[in-house]
Amino acid sequence: MNTNQNIPKAKKELVVEILLRLADDRLIHGHRLSEWAGHGPELEEDLALANVALDMIGHAAALYKYAAEIEGKPDEDHYAYFRDDIDFKNVAMVELPKGDFAFTIARQFLFSAYSYFLYEKLIETVGDEQFNGMLQKHFKEIKYHFRHSREWVFRLGDGTEESHERIQHAFDEIWMYTGELFSLDDAERTAIDKNLFVDISELKEPWLALVKDTLEEATLTLPDDDQYMFSGSRQGKHTEHLGHLLAQMQFLRRSYPDAEWK
Amino acid sequence: MNTQEKLKAFQQRIDKGEKIEPKDWMPERYRKQLIRMMSQHAHSEIVGMLPEGNWITRAPSLKRKMVLLAKVQDEAGHGLYLYSATETLGVKRQNLVEDYLYGKAKYSSIFNYPTLSYADICVIGWLVDGAAIVNQTMLAKSSYGPYARANIRICKEESFHKKQGYEMLAKMASGSPDQQKMAQDAVNRWWWPTLMMFGPPDTESPNSAELIKWRVKSKTNDELRQSFVDRSVMEAQAIGIEIPDPDLKYNEETGHWDFGEIPWDEFWRVIKGDGPMNRERLKARRKAYEEGAWVREAAMEYARKKKLKEDKAS
Repeated sequence: MNTNQNIPKAKKELVVEILLRLADDRLIHGHRLSEWAGHGPELEEDLALANVALDMIGHAAALYKYAAEIEGKPDEDHYAYFRDDIDFKNVAMVELPKGDFAFTIARQFLFSAYSYFLYEKLIETVGDEQFNGMLQKHFKEIKYHFRHSREWVFRLGDGTEESHERIQHAFDEIWMYTGELFSLDDAERTAIDKNLFVDISELKEPWLALVKDTLEEATLTLPDDDQYMFSGSRQGKHTEHLGHLLAQMQFLRRSYPDAEWK
Repeated sequence: MNTQEKLKAFQQRIDKGEKIEPKDWMPERYRKQLIRMMSQHAHSEIVGMLPEGNWITRAPSLKRKMVLLAKVQDEAGHGLYLYSATETLGVKRQNLVEDYLYGKAKYSSIFNYPTLSYADICVIGWLVDGAAIVNQTMLAKSSYGPYARANIRICKEESFHKKQGYEMLAKMASGSPDQQKMAQDAVNRWWWPTLMMFGPPDTESPNSAELIKWRVKSKTNDELRQSFVDRSVMEAQAIGIEIPDPDLKYNEETGHWDFGEIPWDEFWRVIKGDGPMNRERLKARRKAYEEGAWVREAAMEYARKKKLKEDKAS
């Protein structure tokens, strides 16, 4: 059942804002993971990475669909195909090029750990039944994404000298994009007041503890937080990479917008 | 029993329709033929991920993106259990893989053609998977147990792929003028290469008789090809797609569709590595394999260290 009929307008906008933030993260990350299809380091990983990509794009589609219902847009594709980069609300971490396998794993690990804590809290907080139902369903898969990437962090960190160097380098490279995962903005503060979102700044501590433990066990060094931290993606200020990603993702649909493509 | 008697007993089992299992005695030639066929089938699934993977990031709707990603994922799965089934014959996956990347092993010629528009993805589902189903339905009854069972599983998923491709092609064929143009253009490019998927004509197929005698196969290349043509012509008509063959004609006497001459010169060239995409496909697969070497080494080294720790602890 559609549970959004009685939401006041201002609240509707907030719900949509939160839905899109979650969905954009997942669509863009899923896109990067999907680039591995057919190019993985072993057949088992071709399967696993495609599986995670499929989950993430599926989560995004479900969240977009709900946003479309609330806003009266035609369907979930509206958000994926007909917005420009200034309207995308994903964190920058997920739009960075896929890099080598170590980079892909380091990113998936950091992002899945973040998603884990975020969803755990969101499920306790969000009152909207339809929204909460989705979160619960997706949470199960996020746990798998987390386990999959964490196991690889151990293997690569404590594997060979080369794998150790590669994954350490990947963590060092991505670290400047972890800051914005936990910085609250005005939209989120208002959403917290209305029980639509959680204080993500409080998630930093458990997240960091988990990352620290994992890296230690993998014989890796936790990168230093005292460095330039990228910010602004949630407000549409992205890296140079997102524009190229969207150009590729959207070109066919936008070239023939009136044709049937579903 | 001497070899002659063993051979006779083996043939009797085959004739009775019994399945041969990995630990059963089998002629060396039977084992070799199966390794060749099964690994070729596995390589095809893997190389087949490339032309379709080419459109995942550009699929025109989220639904189509997920359908395509799931399909490519299925292909990795098919590759995985075909390699496992082949390993029951006493070979190693890594050696088989290196055999097609750096040696003489083959994969299906069809994947040496490019996917130029999204309609190609629909046509691959309809025609290429359709052709694969014709072949694999027969192989699901193969005399070698593990191969038969792998094909049963594969057929189920391929049928779904075919249905998805055909449905979307039907939408494009009755869609906007641009979509119709893309749909027909894709069929024009893929039709003849798809007919080549069934292999050389029976007159030039050295392995067929032996494979049929051992019931690895039950139909010849030409028989399979004909049944595919008959079925595809009807399906094309139903969605307003034209088959690019001026000689295509229904034969009242045989009850089959007669078709024009397949460009066999092209087939032999592509098979020998000299087709439009052979070099590129192999290059992409070699790159994935070589760039993945450090990952596979790390996983092995980690497993070794872990086992060492466990051994020490106990």
